[in-house]
Amino acid sequence: MSKTLVIIGHGMVGNRLVEEIRERDSAENWRIVVLGEEPYAAYDRVGLSSYMTGSTAEELSLLSSGTLEDRRVELRTGVGATDIDRATRTVSTTAGETLRYDALVLATGSRPFVPPVPGSDLEGCHVYRTLADLDGIRSAAVPGSDGVVVGGGLLGLEAADALRALGMRAHVVEVAPRLMPVQVDEGGGAVLARLVGDLGLEVHTGVATSGAHAGVDGELGSVTLTDGTEIATKLLVFSAGIRPRDELAEPAGLPRGGRGGFLVDGNCRTEDPRVWAIGECAAVRGQCHGLVAPGYRMAAAVADQLTERGHAEFQGADGATKLKLVGVDVASFGDAHGTSEGALEVVYANNAEGTYAKLVLDDDASTLLGGVLVGDASAYDTLRPLTGTALPAPPEQLLLPAARSGGPSTGVLPGEATVCSCHNVRKTDIAAVIASGAAEDVTGLKSCTKAGTGCGSCVPMLKSLLDEAGVATSDALCEHFAQSRSELFEIVRATGITTFSRLVAEYGTGRGCDICKPAVASILASSVNSHILDEEQAGLQDTNDRFLANMQRNGTYSVVPRVPGGEITPDKLITLGQVATEFGLYTKITGGQRIDMFGARVEHLPEIWRRLVEAGFESGHAYGKALRTVKSCVGTDWCRYGVQDSVTMAIRLEMRYRGLRAPHKIKAGVSGCARECAEARSKDFGVIATERGWNLYVGGNGGFEPRHAELLASDLTDEELIRLIDRFLMFYIRTAERLQRTAGWIESFDNGLEHVREVVVEDSLGIVAELEAAMARHTASYTDEWRAVLDDSEKLSRFVSFVNAPDSPDPTISFTEERGQIRPEPIDLPTPVAQPGQDRVTEEVSA
Amino acid sequence: MRWHVVCREPDVPTDFGVAALVRGHTVALFRTGDDELFALGNVDPFSGAGVISRGIVGDRRGEPTVSSPMHKQVFSLRSGECLDDPGTRLPIYPVRCRAGVVEVGTD
Ligand code: SRM
Ligand SMILES: Cc1cc2nc3c(=O)[nH]c(=O)nc-3n(C[C@H](O)[C@H](O)[C@H](O)COP(=O)(O)OP(=O)(O)OC[C@H]3O[C@@H](n4cnc5c(N)ncnc54)[C@H](O)[C@@H]3O)c2cc1C
Ligand code: SF4
Ligand code: FES
Repeated sequence: MSKTLVIIGHGMVGNRLVEEIRERDSAENWRIVVLGEEPYAAYDRVGLSSYMTGSTAEELSLLSSGTLEDRRVELRTGVGATDIDRATRTVSTTAGETLRYDALVLATGSRPFVPPVPGSDLEGCHVYRTLADLDGIRSAAVPGSDGVVVGGGLLGLEAADALRALGMRAHVVEVAPRLMPVQVDEGGGAVLARLVGDLGLEVHTGVATSGAHAGVDGELGSVTLTDGTEIATKLLVFSAGIRPRDELAEPAGLPRGGRGGFLVDGNCRTEDPRVWAIGECAAVRGQCHGLVAPGYRMAAAVADQLTERGHAEFQGADGATKLKLVGVDVASFGDAHGTSEGALEVVYANNAEGTYAKLVLDDDASTLLGGVLVGDASAYDTLRPLTGTALPAPPEQLLLPAARSGGPSTGVLPGEATVCSCHNVRKTDIAAVIASGAAEDVTGLKSCTKAGTGCGSCVPMLKSLLDEAGVATSDALCEHFAQSRSELFEIVRATGITTFSRLVAEYGTGRGCDICKPAVASILASSVNSHILDEEQAGLQDTNDRFLANMQRNGTYSVVPRVPGGEITPDKLITLGQVATEFGLYTKITGGQRIDMFGARVEHLPEIWRRLVEAGFESGHAYGKALRTVKSCVGTDWCRYGVQDSVTMAIRLEMRYRGLRAPHKIKAGVSGCARECAEARSKDFGVIATERGWNLYVGGNGGFEPRHAELLASDLTDEELIRLIDRFLMFYIRTAERLQRTAGWIESFDNGLEHVREVVVEDSLGIVAELEAAMARHTASYTDEWRAVLDDSEKLSRFVSFVNAPDSPDPTISFTEERGQIRPEPIDLPTPVAQPGQDRVTEEVSA
Repeated sequence: MRWHVVCREPDVPTDFGVAALVRGHTVALFRTGDDELFALGNVDPFSGAGVISRGIVGDRRGEPTVSSPMHKQVFSLRSGECLDDPGTRLPIYPVRCRAGVVEVGTD
């Protein structure tokens, strides 16, 4: 007979408890009922701000797969607990039920504290805690106008950055004389204020908010500060601290801690042995913790007790924090303020660079007690785990930037040091897994130890632990090929092999997979120059290449014709409009100076492209690891500053390299003068006009890790420029690894760009003639992939919805409307209430 | 069990999936290099999109697989089980080839 555990609150910590118990309770002693007041199942509140910059609620969800199907778990979202009766061991809910428990865990988190400012209840005042709060802020935001955040702590800065991301001018009001007063000292605060100011946030420190005032419409119209400043605004966000949500303590008759929170002992148990509290709502020995890592440790401690495992008491936490603002590095850990008796401080400040670093040491300067890093927090990963241990090197060595180059060095860490604080995984735990051979890469470590699966900030350390153990050095492409991409490229070139099946039979094992097949397809495309859908090749391609279009979230495709240099005639624009109207496609101007049409069903792609090809368009290769666009500015044709004809050059380059397959996509730009309106320096190759010709920059990209391209050669003639780009691209295509963009490839050489310069400019390897010849072969053999498909009935026959019903629309695709255009209908995945016995097969059939 | 005629044998190329509509079910059909046929649900359980037939066919430690083209989770062609996330699975359907014609079974 199983017992019932009721958890109140399905936030980060409540959810963790569910996971911990699912993992430990294989005997199925517990049935778990979780009440979550929010309409969503638990989500990553730590990552909440990314919801403003593009993450979706689903992406933030913390539900691990299998939880909803687990018959032991009953998750009730949108249901709150209203009362606890400890005598009858029952919880009442907003749904009007009474649930009986054998064990009860409170995991209700915190609520934002709203200071008693007059007018704080006006329409237009918000807090920053839940997805619903962010929805409210997003719909209230007016780009270009002012928004005010009250509170200059960690969360306040995140909220202000979110307003900025919404296009607002964000003001941060902090009563203390500096930002992040809890974590950062005065020196760090000064550097921080400058960096935050550089981001475009308006900082007001040492002043309080004196009032929020209604405008004529009765909603918020302005905010006044105690120094007399008045800010006209329709949006005010309070982020002035949190208070534990302990309102159930009263009806339950449970004691509170001095500063609120359910009072619990070191085992997270209240005075009632059947009732526990964990996460932000728990006052462990009187102290509340406002970070997720200590909450996770509390969840683990309670799971141990419920499943009768030996366990350790919750030991408190150090409150180490790292700020997640884009562009500003701040971290503090341990005794950041040097409040310990006799503490010494070592400070390294560089105003020119905008960095500040401080270490707090014990009285004989041998043990690290804490620290503050502003402007450059790269030492955080190494230093934080050293807190409380003897310093492995003199403090200035640990702080000076030069000493730290080369990333986090995990070698100096003692075995007991915590590497992943989200999951409390120590260096020894990780070393043991590596030594046992159970994990060969970061993915393996993640699944064996959970390290790296929380905030992700320890992943670089996992990598270096693998490196140090000598494990991560394998360049093998995947389980089918022990070779790297560049080695396979050489094999293909030397042997003349033209099919995947021969390559895997002679040089690999098994049948291949979604890693090696597209990689080999790309190598064959760059060496053999046949159509990428010829015969066996078609099955090697990622779906995007296979249908010469980009797959969208609902299984439809997008269509992006090439618009070289961004120049397009009105007639062609009209054709695009007509085609989009006829096939009901969503249209959008892309970031690459062309037009994307979304929502095409696979069976419509040939017809759409027939119309486009007839109008003179060709494939834009938006789907391929290939040249994308060569962005241009207007140049001498029109611009009064232009010194060269950038449009003509951009078109020439785009036409020359179109269809060129590469290890990753390639983007380019051409600017007509040093004002650089084409953003050429953020491209894989960028060309900037000078009075005497062209400067060529290489190795730039936007994306996940933005890089600026660096100068390879200057004042080139048109012909010199093209010759250098030919060599550069071919050298890249031959020697880069799978999914390595030009920046990473250049960095992979010992002397980086210098090496590339020696090879492609000075011909140190004697291969430039060959590289140029290879490019000449490419340009000579270019054909439009789409036109070729339209002329080939065999290839066309694959563009059907169903092999036995070629024109039947796929019933899983449907659209709604937004702003006058289509968008995919949200897809119903299984609802967040577990129903035992309902498996996915029946669902699929009824879909 | 009812068998439904779906297509001719060459309509399912080697190592290349096709989708079929069988009594309202969307089914992904595959044929591997050793000429074995497989039929699985076409709807990717992670995204809800009908795209499994457009995934790349391969193997993981000898087990024949297809990887979802949406977010690359790998499924066993034999059991439908997601190898990256055990517990999640695609439905599997009986499939056979008789006299050059491919048939899929439903109950
Ligand atoms: C449509 C577009 C967004 C827009 O509406 O503007 C877009 C859309 C996609 N981008 Fe992009 N990117 C678009 C411009 C950009 C830009 C800006 C630019 O090119 O000027 C960048 C940053 C610049 C850069 O690449 O250096 C950009 C960085 C990325 C990245 C990150 C690359 C990196 O190195 O980190 C990816 C992921 C990848 O390629 O692996 C990506 C991947 C994607 C994919 C292909 C994701 C996917 O696989 O489905 C998106 C689908 C496109 C589609 O269905 O048509 N997209 N993407 C832009 C198309 C430009 C075009 O005309 O071809
Ligand atoms: C913007 C932001 C950024 C953050 N960044 C970081 C960071 O970088 N690092 C870090 O460590 N921490 C960070 N935090 C804090 C972190 O999110 C919290 O420490 C963590 O979420 C606490 O988990 P919890 O489960 O205790 O509370 P919560 O996640 O708040 O969950 C509590 C849940 O219980 C529900 N609930 C409350 N009362 C009831 C009731 N009576 N009945 C039913 N349900 C109820 C609530 O609605 C809520 O969903 C951040 C927080 C925010 C808001
Ligand atoms: S278009 Fe680019 S930035 Fe936008 S969601 Fe897709 S990949 Fe991300
Ligand atoms: S520290 Fe957050 S995932 Fe490891």
